[in-house]
Amino acid sequence: MSDPSTASIVSTPRAEQPTETVSPVGAPQGDRKEKPRGLLGDAWLDLRRKPLFWISALFILLFLLMAAFPQLFTSGDAVNGSLDRSLGKPSGDAWFGYDFQGRDVYARVIYGARASIVVSVLSVLGTLLVGGAMGVIAGYRGGWVDAVLSRVADVFFGLPFVLGAIVILTTFNGSGTSNSQWKIMGLVTVSLIVLSWPVVMRLMRSSVLSTKEADYIVAARALGAGTGRIVLKHLLPNCLAPLLVYGTIMVGSFIGAEATLSFLGVGLKSPVVSWGIMISESQSFIRVSPSLLFFPSLFLVLAVLSFVMLGEAVREALDPKLR
Amino acid sequence: MRVSKRASAVALSAAVALIASGCSSGDNGGNEGGSGSADGAVTINGVQPENPLVPSNTTETGGGKIVDWLWTGLVEYPNNGGAPQNAVAESIDTTDSKVFKIKIKENTKFHDGTVVKAKNFVDAWNWAAYSPNGAANSSFFSDIAGFADVNTTDPDEDGPKKAPTPKADKMSGLKVVDDWNFEVTLSAPTAVFPTKLGYSAFMPLPDAFFTQKAEDFGKKPIGNGPVKFVSWEDDVAVKLTRFDDYNLRDKMKIKDVTVKMYQDEGAAYNDLLSGNLDFLETIPTSALAGEKWKSDLGDRAMNTVTPSTAFIAFPIYDKRFQNEKLRKAVSLSINRQEISDKIFFGTRKPADSWANPLTPGAKPGNCTVCKFDPTQAKQLLQEAGGFQGEMVFYYNADSSHKEWMDAVAQQVKTNLGINARAEGVPTFAVFRQNINAYKMKGPYRAAWQQDYPDVENWVNPLFVTGGSSNDGKFSDPQVDALAKEASGAPSLEASHEKFAEAVAVVDQKVPTIPIYFYGQQSGHSEKIKKMELNNVGEADITSIEL
Amino acid sequence: MGRYLLRRLLQLVPVFIGTTFLIYWLVWSVPGDPFAGKCGERRCPQQYVDFMTDKYQLDQSIFVQYATYMKNLFQGDFGQTFGGRSINDIIMTSYPNTLKLAVVALLIEAVIGLGAGVLTGLRRNGFLDNLVLVSTLFLLALPIFVIAFVLQWLLGVKWGIVTPTVSSEMRITELLVPGFVLGSASMAYIARVARTSIAENRRADYVRTAIAKGLPMRRVVGVHLLRNSLIPVVTLLGTDLGALMGGAIVTEGIFGINGIGRQVYRAIVTKESATVVSIVVVLVLVYLLMNLLVDLLYAALDPRIRYE
Repeated sequence: MSDPSTASIVSTPRAEQPTETVSPVGAPQGDRKEKPRGLLGDAWLDLRRKPLFWISALFILLFLLMAAFPQLFTSGDAVNGSLDRSLGKPSGDAWFGYDFQGRDVYARVIYGARASIVVSVLSVLGTLLVGGAMGVIAGYRGGWVDAVLSRVADVFFGLPFVLGAIVILTTFNGSGTSNSQWKIMGLVTVSLIVLSWPVVMRLMRSSVLSTKEADYIVAARALGAGTGRIVLKHLLPNCLAPLLVYGTIMVGSFIGAEATLSFLGVGLKSPVVSWGIMISESQSFIRVSPSLLFFPSLFLVLAVLSFVMLGEAVREALDPKLR
Repeated sequence: MRVSKRASAVALSAAVALIASGCSSGDNGGNEGGSGSADGAVTINGVQPENPLVPSNTTETGGGKIVDWLWTGLVEYPNNGGAPQNAVAESIDTTDSKVFKIKIKENTKFHDGTVVKAKNFVDAWNWAAYSPNGAANSSFFSDIAGFADVNTTDPDEDGPKKAPTPKADKMSGLKVVDDWNFEVTLSAPTAVFPTKLGYSAFMPLPDAFFTQKAEDFGKKPIGNGPVKFVSWEDDVAVKLTRFDDYNLRDKMKIKDVTVKMYQDEGAAYNDLLSGNLDFLETIPTSALAGEKWKSDLGDRAMNTVTPSTAFIAFPIYDKRFQNEKLRKAVSLSINRQEISDKIFFGTRKPADSWANPLTPGAKPGNCTVCKFDPTQAKQLLQEAGGFQGEMVFYYNADSSHKEWMDAVAQQVKTNLGINARAEGVPTFAVFRQNINAYKMKGPYRAAWQQDYPDVENWVNPLFVTGGSSNDGKFSDPQVDALAKEASGAPSLEASHEKFAEAVAVVDQKVPTIPIYFYGQQSGHSEKIKKMELNNVGEADITSIEL
Repeated sequence: MGRYLLRRLLQLVPVFIGTTFLIYWLVWSVPGDPFAGKCGERRCPQQYVDFMTDKYQLDQSIFVQYATYMKNLFQGDFGQTFGGRSINDIIMTSYPNTLKLAVVALLIEAVIGLGAGVLTGLRRNGFLDNLVLVSTLFLLALPIFVIAFVLQWLLGVKWGIVTPTVSSEMRITELLVPGFVLGSASMAYIARVARTSIAENRRADYVRTAIAKGLPMRRVVGVHLLRNSLIPVVTLLGTDLGALMGGAIVTEGIFGINGIGRQVYRAIVTKESATVVSIVVVLVLVYLLMNLLVDLLYAALDPRIRYE
């Protein structure tokens, strides 16, 4: 759907971007004028000059603020509704209208940011850490370590998501348990990580496999570099690209996965709200009130887009091949 | 009580459609051919039966519907919900509501050509009641003398699950007189017994049933109804065709019926709109919203009421809910009209009586706490000493109860100032298990649809001490005494009078609170010119005309 | 190579046992008594519960249950559902349907995702790039039921181009819409990963050499660039076939396809360990074989990777 604000974020960098990214093609690596500053320093220098980075970072900051202090953005009541306002149209009081239960959609979207962002970002970080580490170890060490880790991943990979989630969450978060909001978010995060790390692991492993025979790695090894140094300094930066890409998009999938769990009755419990829950709840009213679906989806897409863009910028800055 | 007694597998909608609604498609080949009405064919939506089709073992809607079509019982329930009429039975006579002399019509046939005789009823009932056969409907026979001898339970709940073998395999209360007559003796007078006989548990079984395993029979069932079984492709379709030797009232006006299995109502609805399906029993919420279905279907939209009621039940075993004033306060704080209008788009009616008003013997409007009166509610809450802590309303999340339960919790919160919210329990099985084990920690949703049309079915199981569905452990000596008197009354009229008195006491004690009466929205294709729904809202296939 | 293959095939055995046991144990620990909800709002007769418990050995310890299950499995018998249906039959009828749907989805996803990825990777940050990004992200962010509902409503009911549901013959043309719906969520991943990979390799020495040699662009991209950029894409696609098959529940429901999704879900909530394990086991075999295939493809795609 056409949303002017999304379009503009994406297209702003267009003007400057080509000079940024196309020029390195001709420029040989390592031909930089500044004195060497290490990987992160370089990356930061690079990032500072990218409008894409700043815009996406700004949006993410905005979403983080929303998650931390929703009161700053709305004075509305996200929890209590009144049926006489059910499916009310947008107005001065409620900018996005009212949902089926007569709750203020704008307030709910704002308050929904917390659960959605916290759960998805933490799950993605966890998945990347666990899966990435396993992938590096499996890919780099090879042999029986690779075999064992890969097969363990296979076992987890075979678990149906719904089954795994129901069992993990009902064991710790069944009905009648009075876990706090944060504890439930933690449990949901853990189950998402447990059930999704194998993909990242396989992705990382494949990257490592194709990189580890590269000349610079062989050279580093010949020069007597330790395993830790090779992995951290040489292997990781070169393998991070697909991982970052995958990870940032995964933010979007996890927001949806969280909603699925909540709808099954094993995830977040009312009055906690999330974008995913709002989208699921709008399901029956697509034909009558498409705005119920539109607004949370808009925020979700904006957030995912910001993460993807940020990931893209960071990746380009980190990746030595693109310098 | 098909909604309640048969576990409703069809009610999967919003929640499950999101995460899981596997579904099957059927081929509708061969349905389009019929030109004349007499050779016509229709496709009707259905749900894959969970078990082989044995009447006394069918406890869910998917299979129940097909069983109802394949069999005709001693009595039948008219589509308008009135008093039962004789079907296979020629006459059912009693003088004391204890001994019933049943005479059946001569020369009605099973689909395999054998004649329906008195012993087919007696043998079928004995089989169902005999506990080693594990029939899920066995408790329907508990009225009959000698039931305890054939149906035994595990004496110690915790030990190894082995019930002792029953000392008899036939109930002493059943006696075959000759081919067309048999006699039933009950262990206590029960005026409503003849009314029960139309329920699927009481269907006759052909001799062929007893020569094979019940499961094998259930995959190729042989009934005595207006249609006979043709084939059953799992998850795809069950095919039925007219039984030409049928000689009772309700003969088929068309020839073939295909029951196409769906699990997603949305898919079935879209098939209905594009002419791939001829009848859909339940229109999905997405089409009910904003009355879209009426504009989609025009005069093919069917709106009916069914004899079922949704309740909120209280765990009275929890001492926080033992004060009847609190229960009254909760009931009075719920605006049923608003829930009916906004949540159900007017398709379900606000409840105002204890037994569903469609049931014979039920008195409409006898629920005095079903009105909306927040002022009195607050006052009652104060008299009850308030409510400490959080009041959580539970529902099963695998069916579409979230919307109305959320609304109820919100109204209680707004109108009483109690910290209330609704919470879903993942599956119906877990939900029921908690209820069965008396472990509910808050009010919860319940629904009741009559098994047989009589007010008795709305009092004895629900409000009498030890009743089969009295899950909240409500107990009141006055209700018990009146209900006992009513059940043993010599005539149905006298019985109804006494039940009305019992309900008046229930109204003062508020063991549960009625919320809404179910309605049913169905639709049919342009092909069908005329059709009726039966007393519980299933398609009456014998009424279909093309 | 041959030894590698043999070793991998041998490794399937412990994975097979590990997965089946894990899943058996998980289903076993799903809370709820499978027969508590069978009789609606009424308690089931205790005799019925006892009868069923005894019949399916549910009062035995999980190890005994699992051992019995495995014993039958090796004799080619997957067991029975609580409704008395043979699980072999269920697998025989529903697997081909799901597999067909998943393959169609995978093809659609590969063609669209890879096409979009290559186009945008070669011409990054252009209008097309942004368009692809936003549209694939929208597909990703929208829940599958929304996409399915909209397409089914518009194409099936409003315009009548396709039948809303798929018939039991499962014609390929009928599967295009469900396949697109099922594959839509993964398109964003494929497009993004392909784009990144292409963009990176675009600057690799061999590409520059190829261009410098004066090879036509088509050949450079088609032979040199694509082949070297495919590794992460192939990994994703390979793992995705299994994920598509296991995740087709919603799509199958909405389009009325008689697949494994409904069977697994139904079996999970009713605690039918045998059904869940049997269906998932076959699914796991698909995963494993796909993974093996992917690993072998690495060597084919990238000469630097060698298996010994």
